[in-house]
Amino acid sequence: MKKEAGIAALLFVLCTVTAILNPKFLSPVNLTNMANVIGMFGIFSIGLGFVIISGGIDLSVGSMFALCGVLLAMALREWNWPWPLAALMVLLVPMGLGWIHGMLITRMGMQPFIVTLCGLLLYRGIARFVANDTTKGFGNAEGFETFANLARGKFLGLPMPFVLLIIISAVMWVVLHRSVYGRHLYAVGRNEEATRFSGINTRFVVTITYVLAGLLAGISGVLLAFYTNSVSPSTHGSFYELYGIAAAVLGGCSLRGGEGSILGVVIGTALLQVLQNLVNLLGIPSSLNFAVMGAVVLFGVLADQIVQRRTERRQLRSPAAAATKTE
Amino acid sequence: MEDTEQRGAANGPLLEMRGISKRFPGVVALDDVNLSVSPREVVALVGENGAGKSTLMKILGGVYQPDAGEIWLNGEQTSIHGVSDAMRLGIAFIHQELNVLGNLDVAGNVFLGREPRTALGLVDRKRIHADARVHLRRLGVDVPTSTRLDRLPIAQQQLVEIAKALSLNARLIIMDEPTSSLTLPETDRLLSVVNDLRNQGVSVIYISHRLGELTQCADRVVVLRDGKNAGELAKNEIEHDRIVTLMVGREIKNFYVASRAARTPGFLKIRELRSSRYPGKCVSFDAAQGEILGVAGLVGAGRSEMAKVLVGLDPYGSAQVTLDGNALSIRTPDDAIENGIYLVPEDRRVEGLVVGMSVCENITLPRVSRFARFGLLQREAERRCADEQITTLNVRTPNREVLVANLSGGNQQKVVLGKWLAMNPRVMILDEPTRGIDVGAKAEIYRLMRGLAERGTVVIMISSDMEEVLHISDRVAVMHEGEITGLLERDDCSEENIMQLAVGRRVAVASTPERVTAE
Repeated sequence: MKKEAGIAALLFVLCTVTAILNPKFLSPVNLTNMANVIGMFGIFSIGLGFVIISGGIDLSVGSMFALCGVLLAMALREWNWPWPLAALMVLLVPMGLGWIHGMLITRMGMQPFIVTLCGLLLYRGIARFVANDTTKGFGNAEGFETFANLARGKFLGLPMPFVLLIIISAVMWVVLHRSVYGRHLYAVGRNEEATRFSGINTRFVVTITYVLAGLLAGISGVLLAFYTNSVSPSTHGSFYELYGIAAAVLGGCSLRGGEGSILGVVIGTALLQVLQNLVNLLGIPSSLNFAVMGAVVLFGVLADQIVQRRTERRQLRSPAAAATKTE
Repeated sequence: MEDTEQRGAANGPLLEMRGISKRFPGVVALDDVNLSVSPREVVALVGENGAGKSTLMKILGGVYQPDAGEIWLNGEQTSIHGVSDAMRLGIAFIHQELNVLGNLDVAGNVFLGREPRTALGLVDRKRIHADARVHLRRLGVDVPTSTRLDRLPIAQQQLVEIAKALSLNARLIIMDEPTSSLTLPETDRLLSVVNDLRNQGVSVIYISHRLGELTQCADRVVVLRDGKNAGELAKNEIEHDRIVTLMVGREIKNFYVASRAARTPGFLKIRELRSSRYPGKCVSFDAAQGEILGVAGLVGAGRSEMAKVLVGLDPYGSAQVTLDGNALSIRTPDDAIENGIYLVPEDRRVEGLVVGMSVCENITLPRVSRFARFGLLQREAERRCADEQITTLNVRTPNREVLVANLSGGNQQKVVLGKWLAMNPRVMILDEPTRGIDVGAKAEIYRLMRGLAERGTVVIMISSDMEEVLHISDRVAVMHEGEITGLLERDDCSEENIMQLAVGRRVAVASTPERVTAE
C-alpha cells in the first residue's frame, strides 16, 4: 500500500505543478484526451502486470497492436465481416498468441524474454506482410458505426477507454487480490518451487497470465486502432510494450516476480501519460520526451529501492530481538 | 639454515592442525580436534554425517576461521584467511560438487583466473594448452585440451580439477567424497591417481563414506565423531568393522516411546520405485498404518529422491503404490495430494515455504481452492483454518499476517506441517524434519509425528541424524546408493546395524528388500 501511496503523491505533485505552470492542463479537452490515453495504456499495462507478477515479461504487445489493428481494418473494410465477428477475432488472435507464449515458456522451458522478443519481431513482420506494408484505415466507419462509436464514444461524459479501464481494473483487482488464482499467482512469482510442492499447477498459472495479457492487449488494440483511425503496420504501437512495463515497474511490480498491484499499475500508467502531457504543455522540446520518462522511472524505482533497504536494515536490527522473543 | 628447514619439512608433518574448535550458534561443530598429515601420505577422514569433517576441511580451505587452535604447515604456524590463502599455501580442495565451468575448454578451466597473457594482453592460448597438457599427462589423462568441459564425463572433469590443483603446485589435495558419482571402473582409476599423486610427493586428505575404498588408498584413517577425534587406524589396522566401531561408539540413551496405535501392516505398499537419480535401482517396502518408519542412510543414498517420486515431483520417476488396498497412479503432486500423501520437504525455505508470504497464506496454500466460492477466496474460512493450525501446532508468531521469513526455523517448520495437517494426511513423509531446529521445537515436532501415527497416518521420516532415527522410529529402512539394504525391526535398531547397512554391508537381523518383494 505504501508504494501506491508514494507514486500517487508523485502523480499529484506533477499534476499540481503542471496545472500551475500551464492552466490549460485542466481544460476539459486536455483532461478528456488524457483520460482517453490513460484508458488505452492502462488496460494492456494491467495484463503486463500479471505477467510480471508471475516472474515473466511480455515484449510482444506493441507488435500485437499492429497485427490486431491491420486485421481489424481489413476485416471491416476489405473482407466486409460483420463487426461483432471482427471484434471477436481481434480478441481471440492475441489470446491464442499469448497461449502459445505460455506453452513455450512452461512446457518447453524457454525464457519469457526470448519467446516474446521473437513474438515482437514475428507479429510486426506478419502485420506488414498481411497489409502489404500499406496503411489501413477505417474511413468513415460505414457499416460499423456502432462499433466505432463504442470505441470512441463517451459514457457519462467519460471517454470509453477510460470507462473500460475502470471496469477492467475492478474485475482484475478481484481476480488478483481476492481470487484463488490471484493467490496462486503471487505464490508462483515468489517461489515457484514451493508452490509446485504444494500441489498447484504452476504451468497453468503462468500460462494464463500470457493469455490474459493477450486478451487485454487485444482490447487496447481495438481502442488504439479506432483512436488513430489508421494503422500503418510498420510503426503502429511500436515500443508500447515498454510503456506498459515501465508503468508496471513504477507501480511497484518487481521483475523478480511476486510483487505488484492493480492500483499501482493504473497509477503508474497515469503518471507516465501525465509526464507526456507535461512535456507538451510546458514547452519542453518533444525530443526529450523519452528522456523525461526514463529519468522519472529510474528515479521512482531508485527511491523505492532506497526506502526498502532502509526498512530491511531496520528489520535486521530488530528480528534478532523479535526471534528471541518468539523462540 | 636452508638445509635444516628442508630436513624439517621432509621429516616432520606437512600439516598439523592442533586443538581446532569451532562453534556455530547452538552447536559445537568441532571440539579440540587434531589432524596431521605427513608428506607423501594419504589420510582418510571418516565420520557420520555431522561428525565435523566438512567443517574441519572448510577451516583448512580458508572458508571458516577456527575459534581456537593452530594450523602448522611445514613446521611454521600459519593462518588461512581465505580460499586464496589456502591456494597460495599449496592446499587445493576438490569439492564433491565440482567447481568447473562447463562452457570453457579443459585448458581454460585449468588456468581460470590466472591466465598467462601475451604481449597484447590477450590470453596466451598456446601456453595454457601446452601447460595444461603437462599436468594432465601427470594424471595419465589423454583428452584434447580444447574439449569443452561439459562434453566430458564427471570422472574426467574431476581429473581436470585435480590437474588444476597440480598446476597450482598443490602439496596437499583435499578430496571430498570424490567417488560419490563415479562408476566402479572410474573409482578404481581415481584410486590409482591418488596413489600416483602420493608417489609424486603430494599428500591427500581423502573423505569418503565408502569404507571399502580406504583399504586401497589410505595410509592412515582418522575418525571423527560428534566433532571430536574418535581414533586413528594405521595402514595395517584399516578394517571395515574397526572403522565402523570408531564411527559409532557412542552411548545413545533410549528415548523411544512405543506407539499405542494399532498397526495395520501393509497399509502402504511401495513396489519398484525408481527415481531419476538412480534409474537402474529400485526400492520396495511396506509401511504400516500407525507406525513411524525411519529412513536412514548417508547423504546421497537416494532417500529424498525416493520421497519426491512418491509425491509426484519426479517427472521421470515411477512406482507402484498401493494404499489401503487401492492401487494409485501418482504422476503429479496433485495426484499425491488427492490421495492424502504429503511431503514436508528437506529444504524448508526453498521447497516448503513461500517465505515472502504470510503465515496464513502459507498454511492455506495447498488448499485455498477448498475455501473458495466461485473462485473467490472466503477469507473468514481461510483465517479460521490458519488460526486453528497456529494454535494446535503452537506456532510462535505475533499473528497470522506475519511474513514466514521472520519466524525462527522451528516455527517455520511448524508452518510447513500446518499446510498438510488439516488435510487429513494418510501418508506423511518428512524429509529431515528437524534439521537446523532447536531442541525445544524438535521435541514438539516429534510429539506431533507420534500423534499423527496414533491417529492412523503412515509416517515416513527421512533423517540423517542417527540419534533421531533411533529415538523416534518404530522400524528403520536403511538406504545405500539408491537401494534399501535392510529393514530393521525396533529391537534390532542399533547404531552399529544402521551404519553397517548405510555403507552397503549386509546385517543378519535385517530383512532385505528381496524378501519384502517376494511376500
